[in-house]
Amino acid sequence: MTLLEAILLTVITASTPLLIAAIGELVAERAGVLNLGVEGMMIMGAAAGIAVAITTGSSAAGVAAAILAGMALAAIFALLVLGLATNQVAAGLALAIFGLGLSGVVGAPFVGVPREGIGKIAVPWLSEIPFLGPVLFRQDPFVYASFALVIGVAWFLGRTRAGLVLRACGESAAAAHALGFKVLRIRFLALLFGGACAGLAGAYLSLVLTPFWTSGMTSGRGWIALAIVVFASWLPWRAVAGAYLFGGVTILQLHAQGAGVPVPPQAMAALPYVITILALVLIMRARGGGSAAPAALGTPFVPDR
Amino acid sequence: MPSGSARILSAETPLLEARRLTRRFGALVANDAIDLAVRAGEAHALLGENGAGKSTLVKMLYGLLQPDAGQVLWRGAPAALPDPRAARALGVGMVFQHFSLFDAMSVAENVALALDVPEPLPRVAERLAAVSSAYGLPLEPAREVWRLSVGERQRVEIVRCLMQDPRLIILDEPTSVLTPQEAEGLFGTLDRLRAEGRAVLYISHKLEEVRRLCEAATILRGGKVVAACDPRAESAASLARMMVGAEVGAARRADRGDAGPVRLSVHALSLPPDEPHGIGLHDVSLDLRAGEVLGIAGVAGNGQDALFAALSGERAAPAADRIILDGAAVGREDISARRRRGGAFVPEERLGHAAAPAFRLSENALLAGHATEGFAPGGLVRRSRLLGFVDRVTAAFDVRKGPRDPEARALSGGNLQKFVVGREILRGPRLLVVCQPTWGVDAGAAQVIRQAILDLARGGAAVLVISQDLDELLEITDRIAVIFHGRLSAATPTGWTTREEIGLLMGGAATAEAT
Repeated sequence: MTLLEAILLTVITASTPLLIAAIGELVAERAGVLNLGVEGMMIMGAAAGIAVAITTGSSAAGVAAAILAGMALAAIFALLVLGLATNQVAAGLALAIFGLGLSGVVGAPFVGVPREGIGKIAVPWLSEIPFLGPVLFRQDPFVYASFALVIGVAWFLGRTRAGLVLRACGESAAAAHALGFKVLRIRFLALLFGGACAGLAGAYLSLVLTPFWTSGMTSGRGWIALAIVVFASWLPWRAVAGAYLFGGVTILQLHAQGAGVPVPPQAMAALPYVITILALVLIMRARGGGSAAPAALGTPFVPDR
Repeated sequence: MPSGSARILSAETPLLEARRLTRRFGALVANDAIDLAVRAGEAHALLGENGAGKSTLVKMLYGLLQPDAGQVLWRGAPAALPDPRAARALGVGMVFQHFSLFDAMSVAENVALALDVPEPLPRVAERLAAVSSAYGLPLEPAREVWRLSVGERQRVEIVRCLMQDPRLIILDEPTSVLTPQEAEGLFGTLDRLRAEGRAVLYISHKLEEVRRLCEAATILRGGKVVAACDPRAESAASLARMMVGAEVGAARRADRGDAGPVRLSVHALSLPPDEPHGIGLHDVSLDLRAGEVLGIAGVAGNGQDALFAALSGERAAPAADRIILDGAAVGREDISARRRRGGAFVPEERLGHAAAPAFRLSENALLAGHATEGFAPGGLVRRSRLLGFVDRVTAAFDVRKGPRDPEARALSGGNLQKFVVGREILRGPRLLVVCQPTWGVDAGAAQVIRQAILDLARGGAAVLVISQDLDELLEITDRIAVIFHGRLSAATPTGWTTREEIGLLMGGAATAEAT
């Protein structure tokens, strides 16, 4: 395996959890709900995933538990912002803090317990292609899942009636309600999908990337996923670009540090965040200051029955 | 659908009938035992002032609200309307007053969303083209809604409603945002719909329009039916009397001599739009004399906001000499500096722009008058002065409120409007710029406000009225100019022009030579 192949492989593994979490949040935001608690849902997924995987010995059960944990937290958030119409920013921040705290409790018995990570799957034939094969088609199932999610969500939002209705709820809840759509139910389902994706992204961290539990192991990836949604201007394919930009810079700065580039390591470690902020600013400027955000994003909706 | 109905209809059975329909919101009875009958092929007007209960009633007929008591009959049989879907399945369609369109989506997507039986988008676009050409409502299916004019948006709403093949079409104040010519086009479409045997339930404030269009009317006041009549046999004045329950006079114009010297002068003012889909100003010039009321007509969204922002100082002009007030170049000055020079400004949106909703009236008075009225000498607020000012506005403009100093949002729209206009007029300004002075205000309050504007001008102030209400402008202005796509036409004396001429300018005709 060449160095280039190795770098590309690590870029993919660094980008995949960001992409999965971002695509889930993207769907929730297109329905008009801003869930800032991605970090909390993600780390609960990581904790529940490793806990169940170690207890049962089954990776599949771990993944399922991670998804359910993310959805459970999303359901709590939905109860607050949809059922009680509380402020979405405040509730989202609370959810992030709550998830970080609770995950520490759930994960405590499993600190430092080593575990075999989920292996990679080689796609027959395609993985034999020189260079591209090992990079693209000898990956773990999460990588394939992330691209299946992007394709699925892009198709759903752009081509299906249900996706159109979901976008309508994000553009104007009152108008969608006036047409007779169940805005709160649609937003609830979108939030659950976002929670499931965040949980799955968490499982990737604790079951594949670093297959053991340490508290706070998401280390801000949930927040980056939120930034990627804005970066992507709420379009699924651009989320791929955003996730891989951030993941790519993360890995490249590691290699640069390894190669002895004379820059303080702290500055290097900050580079992905700086690059992401720069890219966001440049995109906003190029768009002339306007926003591509769903018009009703973050606005609570209370049907007047 | 009519074919599905086995019931034999006598000519007398109404298509839709409401019997003793009642709806309460807390202590307020919005609809109190309303009776209404609409026959097939009939244009039926629903009249009433703001807050009379018209919107509540039609929301119940469309399944958006549930009645507390009473029932709805469709072709003589009781009908349950748990949601709009059920109403549409019966054959009730609704065109909303505030457009319920999704700006970021295409026309076809907007229409597809409203179809209860899902259809693939290309099919929707095809059917849409067919329906829109059949009814003379031209539309491009692939265009995004934010690119459309207000009139075109309304066409989308109507076509969307017609795609369901409704037997009863509810229109909520459809002409309030249209030019006279666009309104004529709409009437043509409605005549055609009635000829096909469809009924129209028509909500409007415009009584002449109702008299021309409708053969039956139900009049609401305070949530009750006060009269049912044939509007063709009534006069506009008698209809207004039934709506308000009292005589409504027109504002009295005083005979004035020649207007005084030029007080406000705008030269070749251009401003870029302040949002991606907005409209800026292009080369706008005007002169406004002391003692004169100048009207700016135009359909909403043609640059009125930018013009108001530039005149008030919310947005600075590109150069100071673009705006001259009493000989001083004020284009770069902010709103407080212009107020100190005798300017007074009333924006269009009363709650959120003219007044902070959660602030008390006294605090809102402070926001507008801190620079000029000595409310806060040395930076300390004098509550007694503020309350005294609020009391003076209340007395002079008959602002009806419970407590002495309530929060702005606790006032009804008409009373808050009287307060925000009165707040400026009572300062005795030399220049008043007012946007939509009587929008959504009932007839009595509107008359108070218009009279105050005329009296202010008679006292020697210069007044600029930006309004979409052409009748209002024709009533109170001395000269009228029209704004279209950020360009302002030359002002003509109000007596020399006609509704048709202004309407053409509002629709964009002849703007080339006007600039």
